[in-house]
Amino acid sequence: MEQPEQESVTSLQQPQTAAPPRAQPAPEPEAYSEPGSTVFDAEKVSCYYGSFRAVTDVSLSIYENEITAFIGPSGCGKTTVLRTLNRMNDLVASARVEGDVRYRGASLYGKDVSPIAVRRRIGMVFQKPNPFPKSIYDNVAYGPRINGEHNRKKLDEIVERSLRQAALWDEVKNRLKASGLGLSGGQAQRLCIARTLAVEPDVILMDEPCSALDPIATSAIEDLMRDIKSRYTIVIVTHNMQQATRVSDRTAFFSVLRNEESDTRTGVLVEYGRTEQIFHDPSDSRTEAYVTGQVG
Amino acid sequence: MVTTTGEQLNLREAKGWRRTKNRIATVLMVVAFVLVVIPLVFVLITVVARGIKIISWQFLTAQIPPSVAPADVGGIGPAIVGTFQIVGLATVMAVPLGILGAIYLNEYGGRGPLARLIGFMADVMTGVPSIVMGLFIFSIWVLRFQFSGFAGALALGCLMLPVVIRSTDEMLKLVPNPLREGSYALGATKARVTMTVVLPAAVGGIVSGALLAIARAAGETAPLLFTILTVTAVNRNPFSGPNTSIPSQIFVNATSPYPGAQDRAWGAALTLIVIAFVLMLAARFITARFTRYSR
Repeated sequence: MEQPEQESVTSLQQPQTAAPPRAQPAPEPEAYSEPGSTVFDAEKVSCYYGSFRAVTDVSLSIYENEITAFIGPSGCGKTTVLRTLNRMNDLVASARVEGDVRYRGASLYGKDVSPIAVRRRIGMVFQKPNPFPKSIYDNVAYGPRINGEHNRKKLDEIVERSLRQAALWDEVKNRLKASGLGLSGGQAQRLCIARTLAVEPDVILMDEPCSALDPIATSAIEDLMRDIKSRYTIVIVTHNMQQATRVSDRTAFFSVLRNEESDTRTGVLVEYGRTEQIFHDPSDSRTEAYVTGQVG
Repeated sequence: MVTTTGEQLNLREAKGWRRTKNRIATVLMVVAFVLVVIPLVFVLITVVARGIKIISWQFLTAQIPPSVAPADVGGIGPAIVGTFQIVGLATVMAVPLGILGAIYLNEYGGRGPLARLIGFMADVMTGVPSIVMGLFIFSIWVLRFQFSGFAGALALGCLMLPVVIRSTDEMLKLVPNPLREGSYALGATKARVTMTVVLPAAVGGIVSGALLAIARAAGETAPLLFTILTVTAVNRNPFSGPNTSIPSQIFVNATSPYPGAQDRAWGAALTLIVIAFVLMLAARFITARFTRYSR
């Protein structure tokens, strides 16, 4: 809870993207408001699992109230980078992060930073829906409860609001006491999103949230992401390039760098920029090969 | 549309050696099952047949008579009271400690040296014969203080502890990691995650594991031989003076030459089986009840 808030400071910082300056396409479809402040500034972040370097030297900035997509082939470290943003990698015993990630100006990996406080602000939705073996109501009320909210009326309000935001309310309002495990895959994933929204985080990290869902459930979740974008900052890892073009404002393309000498593979950030630019005018040949479907 | 031309398509099971192997394996499994069930059923029938006729309210409550007394005199009241005292005390000591130990092993210790030592010691303790556990308590407790129900409870607790640790450990291992991550991602502390997600998800298995350990302990004789002795009247204070238990009473009565005492042993055996059976049923019921939300 003692996370320092320095929102005004961060607006002074220039975005440090890997994309070269010339890559900005001249005509913008509907004039983007120039991003105000950055939420995350990663500088030369490298992640290790034991002695294995999974990701190397990632530097990027993530902007407020935007949807940022991480794309790239399997094993390129998208998820690892995502998990450094709310210190989920702390839960893996052998994981280690080098470099600096600043969240609204404060270093996430500083000495006194509590990962608990970080995760209360930076929520996460996982690849596989993971509702708790509790009722639908208790699933959504879980986060507010662990944060000390026990007022029955307030909890009712939070549960309804979160379920409405997650576009699940109409489907479950008559069975809030039923098990969260009885929901279909798409419903369960929306329940997990509602659970995350219930703690009113600042940022929502999504790790391939639609990979287990059918197109209809996927489109429901994409609509939901667009709906809540004005209030939250969203970072999404996806294998689905169409999804990145549909929902994201910016895209980061990661790739795998092979080291022939030591026979190791490391994830690198190849290119980062506006989604249209990455998909229509990529400046790196690897990005072009990937987004046009020549590889991967 | 598929039209079969020429030879008829053969979708029947393959003949020959593969089918024979299947038959042999099936027969072997059925035979093994029957071989296992025969002694069980035989024991059950014998105990019920010989024990049922002595069971009465008087038998369950009356003081224990001298061995020479005929079957219709006295009962095993003190033994039932003693069993509940001793097993209850052992449960209060061993179950919370075992569950906490398993939580440490699974959630906190990781692969650290202390967790590995505890896990190894629990495995070693499981292999210690129960009579050795009784001698252990005899030498460290009874010789210094006195025979008492509490000493028996200590011995039973030592037997239950590794069983509870191991069964709880297995149940906690079954809790899927994504559940823990989901809770951490909402800003929960480790203690919260353990209390509100991991334990509720595993509680059915933990409780039934503990009840099975209790049922096992209730039937133990050897650890009680050197720790509680036997008495003929109810000892209301489990912390002082010799006590008795159903298994001890069975042991004493069954080895005596008098038919009345032997009949009382059969009755006591039936009582013990019924107690164990009730505990098993409770374990089943609790497991079913707590897994309400798991599907």
